[in-house]
Amino acid sequence: MKAKVLLSLILLCGYLAAPSARADDAAPAATPAVPAACELPPYLLTTESQLHKVADAVTSGKPLEILVVGSRSTTIPFSEDSSYPARMQAILKEKLPPSETVHVSVEIQSKKTAEEAAGTFVKLMEAKTPTLVIWQTGTVDAIRSIDPDDFRGAVTDGVAALQNAGADVVLMNLQYSPRTESMISAPPYLDNMRVVAQEHDIPLFDRFAIMRQWNDQGQFDLFSPSRGPELAKQVHDCIGRALAQFVLDAAHLGPAQQQN
Amino acid sequence: MTIADQVTGSTIAGTAGTKPAEVKPVEAKSRVAAPAITLPAIGERELRLDLFRGLALWLIFIDHLPPNLLTWFTIRNYGFSDATEIFIFISGYTAAFVYGRAMLENGFVIAAARVLRRVWQIYVAHVFLFTIFLAEISYVATSFENPLYTEEMGIMDFLKQPDVTIVQALLLRFRPVNMDVLPLYIVLMLALPLILWSMKWKPDVTLAMSALLYAATWEFDLYFSAYPNGFWAFNPLAWQLLFVFGAWCALGGARRMSRILASPVTMWISIAYLVAAFYVTLTWYVPQLGHLMPKRLEQWMYPIDKTDLDVLRFTHFLALSALTVRFLPREWPGLKSPWLRPLILCGQHSLEIFCLGVFLAFAGHFILAEVSGGPAMHALISLSGILIMWGVAWVISWYKRVADKSGAKTKNAVGNADLAGGG
Repeated sequence: MKAKVLLSLILLCGYLAAPSARADDAAPAATPAVPAACELPPYLLTTESQLHKVADAVTSGKPLEILVVGSRSTTIPFSEDSSYPARMQAILKEKLPPSETVHVSVEIQSKKTAEEAAGTFVKLMEAKTPTLVIWQTGTVDAIRSIDPDDFRGAVTDGVAALQNAGADVVLMNLQYSPRTESMISAPPYLDNMRVVAQEHDIPLFDRFAIMRQWNDQGQFDLFSPSRGPELAKQVHDCIGRALAQFVLDAAHLGPAQQQN
Repeated sequence: MTIADQVTGSTIAGTAGTKPAEVKPVEAKSRVAAPAITLPAIGERELRLDLFRGLALWLIFIDHLPPNLLTWFTIRNYGFSDATEIFIFISGYTAAFVYGRAMLENGFVIAAARVLRRVWQIYVAHVFLFTIFLAEISYVATSFENPLYTEEMGIMDFLKQPDVTIVQALLLRFRPVNMDVLPLYIVLMLALPLILWSMKWKPDVTLAMSALLYAATWEFDLYFSAYPNGFWAFNPLAWQLLFVFGAWCALGGARRMSRILASPVTMWISIAYLVAAFYVTLTWYVPQLGHLMPKRLEQWMYPIDKTDLDVLRFTHFLALSALTVRFLPREWPGLKSPWLRPLILCGQHSLEIFCLGVFLAFAGHFILAEVSGGPAMHALISLSGILIMWGVAWVISWYKRVADKSGAKTKNAVGNADLAGGG
């Protein structure tokens, strides 16, 4: 589809042009440039839905407590500090005023399906009272080929439990994993997460599309069978940056509330 | 995957969409023993069926590879339905045509026996593909240690119990990704004798019962369970509608529908629907367009379910085929052009080429993972895959022509397995 390719090129050009325009009116302060490898067309980080509670917390100067509920792909084995929740915390601290306290905690639900994870949410939310929960799910369900309808029901229940406990919610979908693409069928789970996000008007962080974009554009070779943690660290760094930007945008925190 | 019977001039006339003027008079009236269904006359082979089945095979192959530039040429990016619909419909059409004739001429038992022989061939093909898959996944499991994907490696857990996995695969309950079409086809072919028997009695009632089963599947959430958990990715209870509809068209339904198909109203409804579907598809890739979509419509429409053959997918296929038969008459000279020859050749040996396509997709994944993954490599793999499919189709044709000459003339063209085609 030529039109789509053309369109993404236009969007990409627009994106490439945008930072330079912004750089002009920004102060010459040491703006930490986004590494070239992390670049993304803006539509992948656009959402219609808003994070009101995050916005309120930041504008009223309350601490921003973020909880990432994830699975094994939330972390890098033996390099916790390089995983995307840690990177997101660092970037948010950079971008928000120094007075703002940002704390990101992680809850790993290893090998749990969405349904099993959602079952723990009521207790989890009693123990921690986050402003924002980023729920990353879908991989275990895809591996076990859980019925997509059941999966959608479980995600719906989980989102409702998190919202009832008074938190903003962001959904994050699967990793793009080209090497296992012939073994794990991601599309039904991606589709159903998109549906739940639409129904509940919550932002969906499309990790799958983002990683695929990086792979297709040659920024990262995700086919690599590399044993070292370097690639994982770089990818998590970029995800952390993208996620931080996504949260700030969805909370409509303009430059006034941002450091840079 | 044996090459069961030779190809001769067995044919399909009066396909979905043959306009009234084109319908050849039914020559052998004596043949039409059962009044309920009419079989078209013997004439030339219907190349449109071969063409579109060949096209579906190529598209399925491309869709099974990781996304690349060629993926943008596959129809699933422009609407709801994809190559699977084309494939199942044409398979239903040709199977009903070939075995329906066998049933009228030789009776139920003979026809059923022939169908079962075909089912066996497809089953063996499926097991063959599973073996290749097992080899590939075992290799990946032992060589892949990227810390980014420790979680995804959980998919290899089934290798810890090869005994159970292999038995479940033989029972068609364990089906790796991309290996869903053949089990669906096996189940549909198993039901074919019953479908034909019922069609012989009353075609319209059969189609109505099929629609009823489809509705019941949605209403009561019926499904085929899979191993280790989950369900079949293509629910045969839903997809049978397309197969039976194909059979119904082959056995005279298309001719009866020809006035509807020729009407401009049908054409404009189809065009409007395809344009609307294209727009909806566009919003998946360009979410900015999304807020022009009414929320209520979105809630009603999503998810568009492939497992249970969503009504939107089915109607999208109907609209596509209505336009196709309208604008591509069966005498279109282009069908004989050498440019379409590769597609038609592939379509004429569908089971073999389908299996080859699945194998080539596995091999393509493998090369991308082990050698290099650049876009140029991607394009090269897609193109050489298609060339290999064409080459093998040509070789199979050559074998059959040789077999023809070496005196297998006693074989009966009626049971022509390729026409009833695979996968």
